[in-house]
Amino acid sequence: MSILSKLLETQICLGAGRATMPYPFQPRTAPATFRGRPIFDGKKCIGCAGCANNCPAREILVFDPCQEIRVLKYLGRRCTYCGRCADLCPEKAITMSGEFENGTNAIGDISQTIELFMSTCQRCGRCFDEPSEGKRNPLEKLKMKGYRFDDLKNERWIFRSQAYLEGQPVVDDIAIDLKD
Amino acid sequence: MLKNLCQKMFGRSLWVYHANSGGCNGCDIEVVNCLTPYYDVERFGIKLVGSPRHADVMLCQGPANRSTAAALKRAYEAMPNPKLVFAIGSCACGGGIWFDSYAVLGPAEKVVPVNYYVPGCPPRPEAIIWGVAVAAGLVDKKTAPVTFKQVELPIPRYHPEDLKGKGELVVYEKAPRPGF
Repeated sequence: MSILSKLLETQICLGAGRATMPYPFQPRTAPATFRGRPIFDGKKCIGCAGCANNCPAREILVFDPCQEIRVLKYLGRRCTYCGRCADLCPEKAITMSGEFENGTNAIGDISQTIELFMSTCQRCGRCFDEPSEGKRNPLEKLKMKGYRFDDLKNERWIFRSQAYLEGQPVVDDIAIDLKD
Repeated sequence: MLKNLCQKMFGRSLWVYHANSGGCNGCDIEVVNCLTPYYDVERFGIKLVGSPRHADVMLCQGPANRSTAAALKRAYEAMPNPKLVFAIGSCACGGGIWFDSYAVLGPAEKVVPVNYYVPGCPPRPEAIIWGVAVAAGLVDKKTAPVTFKQVELPIPRYHPEDLKGKGELVVYEKAPRPGF
C-alpha cells in the first residue's frame, strides 16, 4: 500500500512537468500594472521641481549653481516607486517604467541627473533671484527654517532649521520665552 | 585534488543568511518567495542557512536601527571570510521611508560594508534573483547612471539693441524660431 502510494505520488510529480522559470537566462517582463523605476525625460522637463517637493523619500534633489542652470538629481536609493512624482509632473516628463532589474554593485548606478537651462524673463533676463541669504522667493523658501536645502555634492538634503534645538528661536524675529 | 574538485563543484554556491534589522517583512517574504519551486534559486546553489557562521552572504533587509545596528554588526563579524553583503529593498539601500526618524541610523551600509544593492519596495523576486545573478556573474548589470545636459539655451537672451523698427512695429531680431 505504501509503495503504491509512493508510485502514485511519483507519477503525479512526473506528470506535473516543470514549474521553475528559467528566469535570468530568459527575459521576463513585469505585468502592465507594475510600477518600476521612474524614468526622467530631460527633454520634456521644465525644471519646476514639483517632484522634488513632493517626493516622500526626498530622493530628488534640486540645486541651482547659477541663475540660469538648474540641476535635478534623482538618487533612487530609498525610492519606493510610489509614482507621486509622475502623477504630479505637469509635462509628463516622468514615466513609471516596468524596469525592475536594478541590482547593481554601486548605488550610484540608479541615479539620474538632469541639467537644465531655465528660461529667463525676456524683460529682465532672469527667472528667479540669485540664490542668496535673506531673500524670500520660492527657491529661497526651500532654505528657510523648517525647509530643506539640497546638498548635491554630498547627495543629501539637510534641514537648514535649527529650531528644534533647545534655546533656539523658532522664527528669527520672534523669540519665544517659554519660562514665566 | 579533492579540494580542487570541491572548489570547482561548489564554487559560487552562496549560502545566504537573512538578517532583518527592522524592516517591515515585505522583503523577507520576497526572499522566501525566491526559494520556492517557482523561482527556485537553489539551482544556483543558493541555500538559506540559519546562522551567520555558516553563511557566505548576508542579505540585509531593513535599515540600520538604533537598537539593531549593533546586532547587525555582530552578525557580520560572525560570518567567515570571504563574505558578501547584499542590501535588499529600499530600506537597506537608502534608509527607507522613515529615514529621518530618530530610531533609524540610515542605510545598512552605515554599519556593514555593502557589496550589492537591490532597490525596490519590496523588490520583485525576479529583481532579487537578478541581483544575485549579477553578483554570481551570470548576467551583466543593466543599470548605469543617466545624465541629461541641455547644451544650449532654448530661448535667446533679450538684448534691447536687437530691437529694430520704431513706434508700433518693433521687431525683435533674435525672436525664437516659429514652431519652437
